Amino acid sequence: MAVYLDHAATSPIRPEVLSVYLAALQEVGNPSSVHSFGQSARRNLEEARESLAKSLDCHRSEVIFTAGGTESDNSAIIGLYWARNTPDASRRLVVTAGTEHHAVIETVEWLENTQGAEGVFVPVTAEGQLDLSWLRQFVAERHDEIALISLMWANNETGVIFPISDIVALAKPYGIPVHSDAVAAFGQIPISFKDSGLTAMSITGHKIGAPVGVGALIASREAKISPTSHGGAQERGIRSGTLSPALATAFAKAAEVAIAELPIKSGSVAAMRDRLVAGVKQIAPDAVFSRGSQPGLPGTAHFTFPGCSGDSLLFVLDMNDVSVSNGSACRAGVAQASHVLLAMGRSRADASSALRISMNCTTTEADVDAFLAQLPKGYESAKAAGMPSK
Amino acid sequence: MKVLAAMSGGVDSAVAAARAVEAGHEVVGVHLALSRNSGTLRTGSRGCCTIEDSMDAQRAANVLGIPFYVWDFSERFKTDVVDDFIAEYQAGRTPNPCMRCNERIKFAALLEKALALGFDAVCTGHYASLLTDADGNLELHRSDELAKDQSYVLGVLTADQLKHSMFPLGATASKDLIRAEADARGLAVANKPDSYDICFIPEGDTQDWLAEKAGKAEGEIVDRSGAVLGHHEGAHGFTVGQRKGLSIGRPAADGRPRYVLEIRPKTNTVVVGPQAALAINEMVGNKFTWCGVAPSNVDEWMPVHVQVRAHGDAIEAEFRIHESQMQIRVHEPILGVAPGQTAVVYQGTRVLGQTTIDRTVSAIPVDAE
Repeated sequence: MAVYLDHAATSPIRPEVLSVYLAALQEVGNPSSVHSFGQSARRNLEEARESLAKSLDCHRSEVIFTAGGTESDNSAIIGLYWARNTPDASRRLVVTAGTEHHAVIETVEWLENTQGAEGVFVPVTAEGQLDLSWLRQFVAERHDEIALISLMWANNETGVIFPISDIVALAKPYGIPVHSDAVAAFGQIPISFKDSGLTAMSITGHKIGAPVGVGALIASREAKISPTSHGGAQERGIRSGTLSPALATAFAKAAEVAIAELPIKSGSVAAMRDRLVAGVKQIAPDAVFSRGSQPGLPGTAHFTFPGCSGDSLLFVLDMNDVSVSNGSACRAGVAQASHVLLAMGRSRADASSALRISMNCTTTEADVDAFLAQLPKGYESAKAAGMPSK
Repeated sequence: MKVLAAMSGGVDSAVAAARAVEAGHEVVGVHLALSRNSGTLRTGSRGCCTIEDSMDAQRAANVLGIPFYVWDFSERFKTDVVDDFIAEYQAGRTPNPCMRCNERIKFAALLEKALALGFDAVCTGHYASLLTDADGNLELHRSDELAKDQSYVLGVLTADQLKHSMFPLGATASKDLIRAEADARGLAVANKPDSYDICFIPEGDTQDWLAEKAGKAEGEIVDRSGAVLGHHEGAHGFTVGQRKGLSIGRPAADGRPRYVLEIRPKTNTVVVGPQAALAINEMVGNKFTWCGVAPSNVDEWMPVHVQVRAHGDAIEAEFRIHESQMQIRVHEPILGVAPGQTAVVYQGTRVLGQTTIDRTVSAIPVDAE
């Protein structure tokens, strides 16, 4: 049986989630229908919404179900941008960082290319941490022009955690809405939407053991978000389309489990990660732990291996039944040089030599042992195979 | 053996991989990503470079039940094949990019990586046969399907590369049989059209593409006596043997069409003349390789056949190595051979070796024009 160490890509559905999901799938009814079937479906949906709101420490009306993280990011960034530029189109700046997920960066670039926006990319350090003082100064100087700030809670590649409350604190005096992509963070570290002060936040189900195809945009009651798609005006008019009580139920259950397991993540999962990091250092002394001493997710270990192509490392490990990731986005099956590492000022060679090992509560010590047992062979062959460019 | 099957997404490489699996090898399918900005869907007659081709390759691997990966060789491909192609045209030569791809990517960069990662051989869907001589040495031979034979583009392989190569389609009587076999194996690419255009040139328009990459530079079109007949927008846009697109107003004295005879990159001049002046009877290459064990007594003229383009005829010739150059003399003059082209030398069906042509010797002296 192959060892799965790619929970940051997607995490296996948990048995308790599967059972509530299967049960809910068998019920008929559109939550927007008026009859008894519809009412029953609506009840299931709203129970899921309340449960999810509890897991997020937010109000039930703040949960807007979507199809996943990418849709949530698009809706939040475009919707906030439009709302902030209506009726006066004077706030053109969208502040983000080069280490954000493609769902954020590409959306900002779309706003630049088609909506007259200007993306502002806050510098990050070599360890992937946000330059908060730069942001503070920029906001102080240009606050009148800023439409929104979108900065992720935790990085999906390196696992670095951004100081969200500090970011919100410096935007709040000027009334600048702040969105955060919390897809990688939710369920891994404690998150209170209420305490964060965020305007909007994106999360998704499949990273925490729910099925793929359900996510949520958490939008504060005060948030002004223009809809980006149009239809039956479900979900506060921000996200039209028929709702799935079964997916919502599964998502809510997975969130409940993930929150209950937070102590395990900060305990034994983090301990396994530390053991793995130490083991890697022993096998490959030149490997660089990407986030250095910055705070990070308990289950994520991201490295660069100088002189090794990331796809060679992944290949040899996979051939030996250990599945890990290069961390970066794929295009047609090719892991691209990590834009996150490039934004951190790392070289293109470094950005092509990355490996991300990500764990969850279902990960065992034996899984870590298997990885550490296969790494020497992978490291040696990958080093011999060299880099893709000469 | 641990075999890496290079899978382009076409029917040939899919069947080759299938045969390697059937032969009992431990096979892994690998698709080579050769473009940084690959298109979404396949267009025209170009194979292998779109996301759709990559998906076709993956689906074939799924049907065969083998693991599948995409490896990125786009940087190597750009420097070793695409940039080389442009530079060769700029130098007034006519390159064969598929040959360069075999020489530097498939049987070099890919093979080296495969060996480093624990494979024994690279398997491709080329139509060519690997045979073993009495002493156990490997020989590359023409495919049994002569219409599809691709031994020419493999002529650059050396003995070491042959040792780690596998061409399961060599002993196939026809491409139709390969398609039928693919169909019988449940491979969806069974009826995928053949690719024959240069994969990195959109819409198959080499001249426009080159003009865009190399830029415009006006120069003269002259005859062999040096008389200026017209002007062009860049010598790289011409190929020896080309007749169309010369834009020379006046007809030749004898009223016959004129052809590109020579490209002089240093002066950005294109030399034109009658078709008969294209005839050459000798070609010389400075760099040559042996496809397997080198023949003995190569400093003596040896009767062979020579082929100068991928789907060209085998021409009766003799060759020798003289002053570290490969000299090839054809028995009957041949037309339209340009520096930069590869001459592959055959003995019967066996590929002996190859050289990139550096210069040719015209069969007809200038004053005969």
